Amino acid sequence: MKTYEVQNIKDTRSGFGAGLHELGKSNPNVVALCADLIGSLKMDAFQKDFPERFFQVGIAEANMIGVAAGLTIGGKIPFTGTFANFSTGRVYDQIRQSVAYSNKNVKICASHAGLTLGEDGATHQILEDIGLMKMLPNMTVINPCDYNQTKAATIAIANHVGPVYLRFGRPAVANFTDANSFQIGKALMINEGTDVSIFATGHLVWKAIEAGHILAANGISAEIINIHTIKPLDEKAVMDSVRKTRCVVTAEEHQMNGGLGDSICQLLARNFPTPVEMVAVNDSFGESGTPDELMKKYHLDTPDVVDAVMRVLKRK
Amino acid sequence: MANIQELTQLASQIRRDTLRMVHGCKSGHPGGSLGCADFLTALYFEVMHHDRSFKMDGVGEDVFFLSNGHISPVFYSVLARSGYFPVDELKTFRKLNTRLQGHPTTAEHLPGVRIASGSLGQGLSVAAGAALTKKLNNDDKIVYALMGDGEIEEGQNWEALMFAAHHKIDNLIVTIDSNGQQIDGSTNDVAGIDGKNIEAKVRAFGWEILNMNGNDLQSIVDTMAKAKSMTGKGKPIFIIMKTEMGFPIDFMVGSHKWHGISPSDAELESALQQLPSTLVDY
Repeated sequence: MKTYEVQNIKDTRSGFGAGLHELGKSNPNVVALCADLIGSLKMDAFQKDFPERFFQVGIAEANMIGVAAGLTIGGKIPFTGTFANFSTGRVYDQIRQSVAYSNKNVKICASHAGLTLGEDGATHQILEDIGLMKMLPNMTVINPCDYNQTKAATIAIANHVGPVYLRFGRPAVANFTDANSFQIGKALMINEGTDVSIFATGHLVWKAIEAGHILAANGISAEIINIHTIKPLDEKAVMDSVRKTRCVVTAEEHQMNGGLGDSICQLLARNFPTPVEMVAVNDSFGESGTPDELMKKYHLDTPDVVDAVMRVLKRK
Repeated sequence: MANIQELTQLASQIRRDTLRMVHGCKSGHPGGSLGCADFLTALYFEVMHHDRSFKMDGVGEDVFFLSNGHISPVFYSVLARSGYFPVDELKTFRKLNTRLQGHPTTAEHLPGVRIASGSLGQGLSVAAGAALTKKLNNDDKIVYALMGDGEIEEGQNWEALMFAAHHKIDNLIVTIDSNGQQIDGSTNDVAGIDGKNIEAKVRAFGWEILNMNGNDLQSIVDTMAKAKSMTGKGKPIFIIMKTEMGFPIDFMVGSHKWHGISPSDAELESALQQLPSTLVDY
């Protein structure tokens, strides 16, 4: 099992803030909008250095999406920032009509996704956003796993023409990926293995790595792949791995319905029926608690990935 | 100097197109379309500086957004008669494989359409964003938008009204089609709104307000010129445009019955007799 050095412990949203600030310097067409959460989204630096290209929209997310769609007409590349819940569920029809159907070059950047938002509770812990966004034609969906990858993804989506949903989170987590390794739509090999394929996204990538070490100590060789781009799915990377290992675990901080596991199951059912176990929230809302407590209670923790591997190996 | 007689003739042909399009596919929204025919005719043939070769980005030209997308037949007729696409294509309205979808969309790349609309309440935000981009680009042209009065019940409009005034988006001229009707009855019965209280509400949000008669081309041309002269002064501009649904067809005018139904063969014949053909029918 390959060992990754933890460069530092950082929140993914700070990777977004850093990437956005860099874009401010390098691309004069990049503009940013925020719905009263500048500090939470780490948009302060962009706002300070590029005030003429920053728009405080207030607590009015529907308008923010529409204004962003309009800003594209004339060549701007708008990045909207708010919590994932208010970036998707609250404004679904605005995104559907004014952004996705109209195919506008809007980057919907969403923080505090999933259970790790923590103490604020289920009203804010969206676990359905990946599903909502991946169902929309024209939409690219990206869920990076650490600071470096979030920063790289933020910069990359400015050069991708078309609507993008970029999802990241609140807590400080292990920062370990190579800053140059990110490419939209290209799955990232974390560890080559032979017994099982673990496809993980977002915060669950690090949990999968921790699980990989436990499995290795027990003589199980796990192939771990970081699926940061959920749509378009890197089907070749998934199929190449599954043809080798012939069993799968998916891991994500999202509902089982509509998430990464759902996309992979569709691919496998059509092409290469394979036993799959899914580490995800099973048709439930979250609740208040610390991020770590919630990941344990809702079975999204390292031992849950290990358990899922043990279950799927028996079905092989 | 506007040639009102010429605009009148154009508007008559555009109304003929509109009714024939709706009749041709037995669906669509003739009432609001007829009511707004004079406004859109004046906008595209007199008021706006626009490039018929159509570039999505609309740099260096005035741009228009239709928020009440259900009046697509009149919008399409105005675009075709302006030269954005062949007039003959109007006969494909709402039919399979058409670029003239039931509600306007960019997905089929119809020249002249810059945003999908139909799900109500979104056009004002989009127009505000496009106006901001013009400011960022130092483009001194104007962004126009049209919305329905029933549509103002959608909350997003009030977010956009607040936003545009706060950000001093003064290169934006929004017109509301105040015909007082919506699907379930009068706007007053449904939601307690009418032209007068819309004016008070929008003024309170910090916009400049103008009023005009949307079925009088002289009133439209004069008011739009005045609106244009008020741009660049720190406030967005909102025009309450009084219209009659179905204008001027005698059996349609003023009734919300004609919001979303097609005329029969006999009704079409009767309506066309009231609208002289001034160009060649498609």
